Amino acid sequence: MAVKHEQLGLSDEDVLLMYEKMLLARKIDERLWLLNRAGKIPFVVSCQGQEAAQVGAAMALDTEIDYVLPYYRDVGIVLSFGMTCEELMLFSFARAGDPNSGGRQMPGHFGQKKNRIVTSSSPVTTQVPHAVGIALAAKMEKKDFVTLVTFGEGSSNQGDFHEGLNFAGVHNLPVIFLCENNQYAISVPLDKQLACERVSDRAAGYGMPGITVDGNDPLAVYEAVKQAADRARDGEGPSLIETTFYRFTPHSSDDDDSTYRSKEEVEEAKKNDPLRTFASYLKDAQILTEENENAMNKKITEVIDEATDAAEQAPYADPSSIYKYVYAEKDGDN
Amino acid sequence: MAVLSYIQAVTEALKEEMKRDDKVFILGEDVGPKGGVFRATDGLYEEFGEERVLDTPLAESAIAGVGIGAAMYGMRPVAEMQFADFIMPAVNQIISEAAKTRYRSNNDWNCPITIRAPYGGGVHGALYHSQSIEAMFANVPGLKIVMPSTPYDVKGLLKASIRDEDPVLFLEHKKAYRLVKGEVPDEEYTLPIGKADVKKEGNDVTVISYGLCLHLALQAAEKLEKEGFSVHVLDLRTVYPLDKEAIEEAASKTGKVLLITEDNKEGSVMGEVAAIIAERCLFDLDAPVQRLAGPDVPAMPYAPPLEKEFMIDLDTIESAIRDLAEF
Amino acid sequence: MAKAITMPQLGESVTEGTISKWLVQPGDKVKKYDPIADVTSDKVNAEIPSSYTGTITELIAKEDETIEVGELICYIDVGDTEENYSSDSQHKAPTQEKEVSEQAKHEPSMKNRYSPAVVRLAQEHDIDLKSVQGTGRSGRITRKDVENIIQQNKEIPKKVEDERTESVAPSPPQHVNTQHSHNISVGTNDEKIPVRGVRKATAANMVKSKQEIPHAWTMVEADVTDLVNYRNSIKEDFKKKEGFSITILAFVIKAAAEALKEFPDVNAVWGGDHIIRKNSVHISIAVAADDGLYVPVIRDADEKSIKGIAKAVSELAKKGRNGQLTIEDMQGGTFTVNNTGSFGSVQSVPIINHPQAAIMSLESIIKKPVVMEGDMIAIRSMVYLCLSLDHRMLDGLTVGRFLARIKEKLEDVQHFKGHIY
Repeated sequence: MAVKHEQLGLSDEDVLLMYEKMLLARKIDERLWLLNRAGKIPFVVSCQGQEAAQVGAAMALDTEIDYVLPYYRDVGIVLSFGMTCEELMLFSFARAGDPNSGGRQMPGHFGQKKNRIVTSSSPVTTQVPHAVGIALAAKMEKKDFVTLVTFGEGSSNQGDFHEGLNFAGVHNLPVIFLCENNQYAISVPLDKQLACERVSDRAAGYGMPGITVDGNDPLAVYEAVKQAADRARDGEGPSLIETTFYRFTPHSSDDDDSTYRSKEEVEEAKKNDPLRTFASYLKDAQILTEENENAMNKKITEVIDEATDAAEQAPYADPSSIYKYVYAEKDGDN
Repeated sequence: MAVLSYIQAVTEALKEEMKRDDKVFILGEDVGPKGGVFRATDGLYEEFGEERVLDTPLAESAIAGVGIGAAMYGMRPVAEMQFADFIMPAVNQIISEAAKTRYRSNNDWNCPITIRAPYGGGVHGALYHSQSIEAMFANVPGLKIVMPSTPYDVKGLLKASIRDEDPVLFLEHKKAYRLVKGEVPDEEYTLPIGKADVKKEGNDVTVISYGLCLHLALQAAEKLEKEGFSVHVLDLRTVYPLDKEAIEEAASKTGKVLLITEDNKEGSVMGEVAAIIAERCLFDLDAPVQRLAGPDVPAMPYAPPLEKEFMIDLDTIESAIRDLAEF
Repeated sequence: MAKAITMPQLGESVTEGTISKWLVQPGDKVKKYDPIADVTSDKVNAEIPSSYTGTITELIAKEDETIEVGELICYIDVGDTEENYSSDSQHKAPTQEKEVSEQAKHEPSMKNRYSPAVVRLAQEHDIDLKSVQGTGRSGRITRKDVENIIQQNKEIPKKVEDERTESVAPSPPQHVNTQHSHNISVGTNDEKIPVRGVRKATAANMVKSKQEIPHAWTMVEADVTDLVNYRNSIKEDFKKKEGFSITILAFVIKAAAEALKEFPDVNAVWGGDHIIRKNSVHISIAVAADDGLYVPVIRDADEKSIKGIAKAVSELAKKGRNGQLTIEDMQGGTFTVNNTGSFGSVQSVPIINHPQAAIMSLESIIKKPVVMEGDMIAIRSMVYLCLSLDHRMLDGLTVGRFLARIKEKLEDVQHFKGHIY
């Protein structure tokens, strides 16, 4: 069991890094909740419980050339694609230095062109056709990159999901559709969202493979995404991957999840917390030791503290900047 | 100078831009071997191939959304909505995505897509092949809406739209496609988006219009000229964002303003034009600003007399101009 | 019964079609929906069917000819069958009578409803809208009406500037406000005559005079029977001898000039805060010319004989008619005599020739029955002498005496007899 990552071609360093990113994502998220409850940031939408799927998927891609269209919980993905902790803090504090939007968007609406993290909005699933469009461009331009797009299971009911998958299927495009199934679309549970058993069942309708993997296992997700990416690069077209796990937090800092689910249900789910299970895998394999775990925790705490302070002290954008960038401001702008 | 029909000007513009820039491609329903239901993309599939003249599944949100993704990447997609009436499934993509890409990313990303759609009535298209849809998009900063009236403007503005760094909704009047012909220079040119154009100088009454109605306004103006009424005609060409300075200038010139659109009256872009005039020109106004527009019924019916009742005709325009002149 | 078949619309947006082949010829019998021609359009190629049952009578469109939708392509004789009547019912859509705006005809007057543009322009250019004639509907004053007035007002001062450089102007127009009350719009049947030159100067002087001088008016009647008789008796000889006419006016001017010497208060000008009593008697006379009224001056009239005065009147009148009067000719008057009787006036209220103190008009001489001494009635030549005075400088008593003196002189013909030459 402990050699699974080796079978996947991952080194000990790779999986340690994988864990570190998951942990960083979790710790950042926890800090954001504290800041919210302290009245310092208006809003948090959380990644807790989904870090393994996010980091596992991102690490299966080529973060130098591939494109990613994350949805609003994907802290693990954007960290893996190059966004820094401080940048995420600037985003949550809505500061001018936020690379996603300069303080214009609510947290979670990621986008950073230099890292090929494609800008996103709040109406869900609109990013799916965009990913197909970018994949279409890759095909037309004969480029080797693949495009990964993520979304929740609720989003798999939107027209854009079906239109996007169908388009990609028809035109055989190098795109990976990654569903992060956390069991709830805000308050509505899976069985009120899907008539079929799994989101991945829907792939058949669009002529592509669809699989469901354990989203608490970063290596399983890594494996599935790696295969899909290889297929895409080989010209074999799109894939739908459903990752399943449990959302540990309420939908957002404005949601009270006790109105629709029990504390016991949440506690039960937390027994499968991917950070705990992956840590024990790494400990079993003696990759994660008490020593490097302490060092890692210390380092992450330092990074987050510094990032929080820096972001809190950073300036807001000038109010007059609200008028900027409705359209290209000069010929050179693109 | 060649004389082209309105739709030939569309085709020419597409062809020239595809030749000029490999990143320009067309996607839509029936745009491929068929060359489009109106034949706007006639011959382009043969010339540029399947990949650049892409027949898509019948799904408007995907046509817009896939185009938007490609545009974000750096392509120059020209997406065709078969009829403007069918653009509704793509509205989320156009308004929430294309129009806001630059702004929400603080200028990091942009979306240079052109979305073409044939609009307008008088072709026995009934409720769902006749609508004017511009007003629904004319409150969306980040988007540009171009509605040319002449083949010359069509070609220059479509080329400019394709080269524009931001999303452009390019609305073509389907009745004008073969009805309206005009001279188009042989040499390469583009026209500025966002600039209205004085199509006729005059000093008794100002008519502001766009699209097919513009031609009716010009015909009425010519007729009335013989009776001694001098009519100033401004073609908006871009209905969002409006050329406020040109509107102010044209309205102030005579102080008597008639606004004409084929769209339903209430909430049409002409309401905004009237507001601009009210804000800027009060002390130059010599008569109430008048609007001629389609009636406030959902859309034009199929039966010819009912359709005719909806559409604005030459006589109505003529008498409205005369009425203002004599006021 | 012949019916027209027209080019159908083959597809949305299609506006024309080309007949590639006729499938029928004149004389052919066709049933409704039988194909009659192959047509190609931008969108489709199709056989077009007949709309009627009948016999083709004439093909109008030629093969390969492009025909606009709705244009005639052929005629068909349909007889009187029922179905054919209904077939074109769609073209007979109930044409809704557009309600002609009866209201417009009975609209209340719009004369006092001003648009924002009209109000603004009127305020900016100091125009009284009450006096503007509107050309808009129901008498509404349009922006163009006001703009026209502004344009006119702009042109006037400009032309006066131009003419000031010419010496024909009687007296340089003074800068008085003549801009008021120009806001009368020109109606469609009116003729617009620009005010310029002498008329403009006259206008300016008259306005100044009327605005500045408190005018008072008085009149006397003189019996000039003897004077008229005397003048008639010498008239022909005088004309023969001197080459110009001796007129009653010359006698009146002589009488006035003499009276002015006796009543120096009348021979004066207004100096703003003082009165300037003039030593010389320079009498202005009004000379009508085609382009307006000139008021040249007979200098030292008191020193001139009646002949000298008559000569001066004659010369000045001639110069006036010929446009030869100079500014010098018209300067320095101390009193004005106006021969209003020459154009038939029997009574007038003259406006003082600013800055003089008074002006007198000589009215028409009229034969009237007059009650004479001893209550006898006689037919006499009577004339009114009307006088306007500047009430700042003069009052009724002085002027009454002054006029009485002139009357006395005119009625005493002996007084003149030694002064003709």
